[in-house]
Amino acid sequence: MNRVSSKMALAVKCSDTFNADACMHCGVCTAVCPMGYEILPRKLFRYVQIGLEDKVKENISSIYSCLLCGMCAENCPAEVNIADNVRFLRKYINENEFNLS
Amino acid sequence: MPLPTKDILGILADNLNKRKSVLPISTAGATRWAKGLELPKGGKTILYTGHLYQLIPVIDAMAGQMSRLEDSPLTKYFGLGRNVNKLINMTFFMGMMASKNTRKDYDHMLRNIALLLKKANVEFGYLYGEELYSGALVYDEGLDGAFAKHAQRVCDLFKKHGVEKVITVDPHTTHTLRSVFPEYVKGFDLDVKSYLEVLADSGIKPTTLISDELALHDSCVYARHENVVEQPRELLNRAGVKIKNPTLCGKNTHCCGGPLESLFPSESHRIANNRAKQLKEAGDNIATMCPICLVSLRKAANGSAQVSDLSDTLARAYGV
Repeated sequence: MNRVSSKMALAVKCSDTFNADACMHCGVCTAVCPMGYEILPRKLFRYVQIGLEDKVKENISSIYSCLLCGMCAENCPAEVNIADNVRFLRKYINENEFNLS
Repeated sequence: MPLPTKDILGILADNLNKRKSVLPISTAGATRWAKGLELPKGGKTILYTGHLYQLIPVIDAMAGQMSRLEDSPLTKYFGLGRNVNKLINMTFFMGMMASKNTRKDYDHMLRNIALLLKKANVEFGYLYGEELYSGALVYDEGLDGAFAKHAQRVCDLFKKHGVEKVITVDPHTTHTLRSVFPEYVKGFDLDVKSYLEVLADSGIKPTTLISDELALHDSCVYARHENVVEQPRELLNRAGVKIKNPTLCGKNTHCCGGPLESLFPSESHRIANNRAKQLKEAGDNIATMCPICLVSLRKAANGSAQVSDLSDTLARAYGV
């Protein structure tokens, strides 16, 4: 069973960086992504927002293989700063999973 | 087995913390390009390379090794490699594998950029061996602790030399210094401009009209983060170059795949191949404005198109 991680939920709440509140799940980001990932970014951000840390960790490879090219944010109708959100996730994983900073 | 993300990120962070660069190269390797140009040391306005052009021959040599390791059982030894690298600078040895011709080629691009600025009557100095890498890769990978310390180090260097204006040569250093540093270093307010912006503003006049067709590859970072889209076009238009824009261009440019080279080489090559195909549909004479785009697309084109740095065309057009 997937459990909500209060640690991740708190980190998101306290972060100045992560913000996906305006995401409407329209899927434009997925459509324009050169990598063609289905998970990034909308599905992944939903996992983050509700604190499903295990689901986020299942997708570490996708998180680090984002090009940060910004094509998604450029075309996002809700102007979500998607690359900043991905960077936040990398920072969170570096600190909490890899013991790096 | 894919390349181990944790160990590679660890090596990058260790190198930045300990050796002030993700891939430390020798001072001679970092400054060789400026030999004979007689650029003054320091000054209020400086040309800041951020070492990216100089690092490409090293990255290129390393990328070949990393590609061979991807999906190999040897990946499990990366953790050991990280520990060894803490004591001995392994990347220095990797750098020794860089081809001399490739190094000369990238040094020549930097010389062209400096000579273009001189031609435009811009007065600038250079920090020579004191110059530091910008920290861009470590920032992108979310290694914020190492990046914040390094950003402060670079700012202290600028302060020590009384720098007020910085002219950059690549999109990653431009973005890091102009848009990221102010978030990490209190009071950082230097005027940072790419050489393309400085040249476009300078009113430099072409000496040779070039009627070549040029398929232009916009850098994601320049176009989407730093609004550098029109300046290179203006410089090319002034010289008569016929710009062929690929379908995805300007703010909607397509990535070259380069950012994934260190962690996911085969994915990086897939994206580079897609982009090279798009560019070749626009023309087989391709220009880039970022050394990472250049190395990625050159490899992807594999001789089927001519891929060069924009500074090459500008140097010909503006007589340097």
